[in-house]
Amino acid sequence: MEFLSQVAAVAWKDLRVEFRSREILYTMTFFAAMVLLIFSFAFVTREGVVLPDVIPGILWVAVAFSGTLGLSRAFDRERESDTMRGLLLAPCSRTAIFLGKAIGIATFILIVEIVVVPMTAVLFGAPLFDHAVPLVLILILATIGYSVVGSVFAAMLLRTRSRDVLLPVVLYPILVPLLIAGTKATAALLEGAGDPTAVADLDAAYFWIKFLAVYDMIFIATALWTFESLVIE
Amino acid sequence: MSIRSISVSNVTKRYGLHRALAGVSLELDAGSLCALLGPNGAGKSTLLGILSTLVRASSGQVAYRRDDGDERDPLALRRQIGVLAHSSFMYGELTGLENLAFYGQLYGVAEARARAQALLDDVELDERARNRPARTYSRGMLQRLALARALLHDPTVLLLDEPFTGLDRTGASSLANALADAKQSERILLVVTHDLEAIAGLTDHVVVLKRGKLVHEDRRSQAVGRADELGFSYEDLKTIYHQHTG
Ligand SMILES: Nc1ncnc2c1ncn2[C@@H]1O[C@H](COP(=O)(O)OP(=O)(O)O)[C@@H](O)[C@H]1O
Ligand SMILES: [Mg+2]
Repeated sequence: MEFLSQVAAVAWKDLRVEFRSREILYTMTFFAAMVLLIFSFAFVTREGVVLPDVIPGILWVAVAFSGTLGLSRAFDRERESDTMRGLLLAPCSRTAIFLGKAIGIATFILIVEIVVVPMTAVLFGAPLFDHAVPLVLILILATIGYSVVGSVFAAMLLRTRSRDVLLPVVLYPILVPLLIAGTKATAALLEGAGDPTAVADLDAAYFWIKFLAVYDMIFIATALWTFESLVIE
Repeated sequence: MSIRSISVSNVTKRYGLHRALAGVSLELDAGSLCALLGPNGAGKSTLLGILSTLVRASSGQVAYRRDDGDERDPLALRRQIGVLAHSSFMYGELTGLENLAFYGQLYGVAEARARAQALLDDVELDERARNRPARTYSRGMLQRLALARALLHDPTVLLLDEPFTGLDRTGASSLANALADAKQSERILLVVTHDLEAIAGLTDHVVVLKRGKLVHEDRRSQAVGRADELGFSYEDLKTIYHQHTG
């Protein structure tokens, strides 16, 4: 019980700080929207429509890149008055601190997705919401995995000088399976979009959803296992 | 069960090739205030970091002794340690009260908010100040808030790194009173400071570090309740400091 209340305290603290300053959410959302906008001009065919096959990729690139921004900033905040040390001095397990931070990040990413996914649907005319249940599952599972892996690396780099440059470099290779799964699952939902006789490939979508669930479980376990040793000076 | 003494044996800390601490041994006892003196870069903060469990020593041991054996459980240990460091550990966007209430939750303090209010009374941060974001605080106000944080969970071991920094006269004298109270109630106190005047009379144990080595140690036992008569005076501390660092 105490463990859960400590997790909640850390996550709620991050949300409260963010709702006061709003800098993470504004930057992330603005950046993701810009990515969508740029791609919406880049991938237009001669007929003036966007190639449907690239839409899932664009969505996930936007989410992944803006997620990195949020991740850097959320952990940078713990450096400002050395608050990370303040957290680590507390008599709660480091796992609770880690989970609290990861939940905070996941919430930021989910909020950005609430803006960006409908925007994708509108900008590209993609019928993303025809299959709302698998779509929500994909988004939530990918966000959880992203936040867990991201928090591990952001915490690990907290005391290195070039952490902003290093974070994407170390993070993305580990995220490749997650981003592929997210893209493939979304693509399966959009299968044959615009063609009234075609149907979405829900079997493929659920395959990738299961893949994401397994990815999440593996990395949550690994993160809980390694976090303690990452933060000792 | 509370910690009765801390025994540091042969602790070394290396940062790359640089040795911040070179074989320091030290005993800290309950009901005693140890002044840790030394020039900048001597390794004082590093030693405090190791005692607070945040920094891992490269070699050597620190034992936290209870009456019935050593405390080894890290959570039980951290529950008993209060730290005031160079940085405030405060979130600028949260108010002073919110910061304390947050840490109170992490420390499992019962009635965290009420306890936070009581401590803010003790450090004399007024009603208006405590409900303002911490980023608007002056250096001295932040120091008072950080001090309240260090005392929040009523720790047995107090590790204070330059606690008088930024405090005005009333702040410094109420901190000195708090230290005297803590001493009276059998806490273990380790204070790093350059403000020898502020800790004169309270100090009964002096340690001087220089380039990571313990170059001087002296103790004076004090009769209970007669702190100012037997402790080190300002003149004593000044002499010791200059003798070993000058
Ligand atoms: N994280 C660190 N990385 C590298 N060197 C460090 C680190 N922390 C402290 N040092 C070095 O260790 C020495 C002792 O530092 P410190 O304990 O802060 O001294 P003091 O508190 O006595 O002024 C200094 O030379 C400092 O540069
Ligand atoms: Mg120092």
